[in-house]
Amino acid sequence: MKKLLIAVLLMNGIALSANAQKFMTRTGKVTFFSSTPLENIEAYNNQVAGVIDAKTGDVAFIVPIKGFRFEKALMQEHFNENYMESDKYPKADLKGTIVNLKDVDFNKDGNYNVKITGKLTIHGVTRNVSLPGTITIKGDNITASSKFSARTADYDIKIPSLVAGKIANEIEVTVNSILKKM
Amino acid sequence: MHIRHLLYFTILICSTVPRQLKAQTTDTTRNEEQLMDILNSEDSKPAKEYTTATFKTTRIGNGHSIENTPKGVLDFRVSHRFGYLNQGIKDFFGLDNATTRIAFDYGITNWLMVGVGRSSYSKEYDGFVKLRLLRQRENGGFPVSVSYMGAASVQTYERPSEIPDTLKYYFSNRVAYVNQILIARKFSNTLSLQIMPTHVHYNMVNYSKDQNDVIAIGIGGRLKLSNRISLTAEYYYQLPGTQLHDPADATRLTKNPLTLGIDIETGGHVFQLLFTNAPDITERNVIGQTTGAWDKGDIHFGFNISRVFTIVKPKGFENSRNKIW
Repeated sequence: MKKLLIAVLLMNGIALSANAQKFMTRTGKVTFFSSTPLENIEAYNNQVAGVIDAKTGDVAFIVPIKGFRFEKALMQEHFNENYMESDKYPKADLKGTIVNLKDVDFNKDGNYNVKITGKLTIHGVTRNVSLPGTITIKGDNITASSKFSARTADYDIKIPSLVAGKIANEIEVTVNSILKKM
Repeated sequence: MHIRHLLYFTILICSTVPRQLKAQTTDTTRNEEQLMDILNSEDSKPAKEYTTATFKTTRIGNGHSIENTPKGVLDFRVSHRFGYLNQGIKDFFGLDNATTRIAFDYGITNWLMVGVGRSSYSKEYDGFVKLRLLRQRENGGFPVSVSYMGAASVQTYERPSEIPDTLKYYFSNRVAYVNQILIARKFSNTLSLQIMPTHVHYNMVNYSKDQNDVIAIGIGGRLKLSNRISLTAEYYYQLPGTQLHDPADATRLTKNPLTLGIDIETGGHVFQLLFTNAPDITERNVIGQTTGAWDKGDIHFGFNISRVFTIVKPKGFENSRNKIW
């Protein structure tokens, strides 16, 4: 009986520690790219916070809008002041779940294609999204990457006709973040 | 013995039950919220970021605003001031006459900018440096931004005929200096205010009764009407006793300059349309040598155009797909 008790307690302990397997970053990278015949605009952000729960497959990412860096300083100001209104909407975030979690073995190094469904909030507008992604596992680190496009109109980002030719309707968003075991 | 077994059993149950309870409550959205909480909790200490975009551009109207051109950015500026509106249809409300300043400003670092310009009004060459000393921060940080602006200018008129031939007219007689402290606060997204204690030193003044130093307190502000349009105002109050006399009338003092404007921003340009009683664009003329009176209709229409070019690519864009020219 004593042995059984110890065994059960031990197993509980192991299960609980497996429960707590989360991966996190505060220096994740997101870039976006807008391409039109008149102008290409690229910006990057190295201040992305993200966490992936290996047990439930839940993922959460927070992107501080003021963290985006542009090549042209004036563009960066316009991005914050006129388009994203970052004083009003300081963060974009993604709350979602890895749909095909069973395909990913977090204990084995390798590349895994994943599909994430969830809610993406940009500029105060929340939309249901389904995003393709890749998870690369190497030891205690996982690299999460994803490339998808977002329509400015879907997130109520107004672009005046004067500059409409210079800003794409669909913006290519690339996520590439290394998350460490917590 | 039975009691002991019962005890073991109880411990066993107790150790597994919480786990089952936990498993039941881990529904997805709940867990996502928990993840969000993890992310938010650690960056909950609000970032004391620098306040940005206190003004649209580096000038409020005639004078400097707290803004600097960022590092590696060249700002090409063209300013015009037309004649007095009260000249009526004869001079097409002043549009027949225009003075021009063409200038280049450049950001050496994010806290140091320099500029040079040439104005047609008194055939003047000017140069300035603007240094950021303190910056306003959000979320309970420092409440104001403070900058220093220092300028020197040389007017290249011919030797004034009033000076007797027996006196030498030195190059230094053409020079004037400006020292300014700019103190600004962005109160909200729509309202920014600025105070500018100013000292202007003229190496030579028109009258022996004038002193060479003018002290003025400037006040300026911006009211944002929309994301791309704002109203601006700027006024310099010259301290009594330091004011110069009107070059055209020795019994009158110069006037305090008032400038009312509207900023319109389009892509890479900022247009500033303004009405002012100052005939020229440099501080030397605007602050200490304005003679027109608003109440008599001595108002100039004018505009500033600013076009910025990124000369030095910032870090992180070595392989970018941007096409910036």
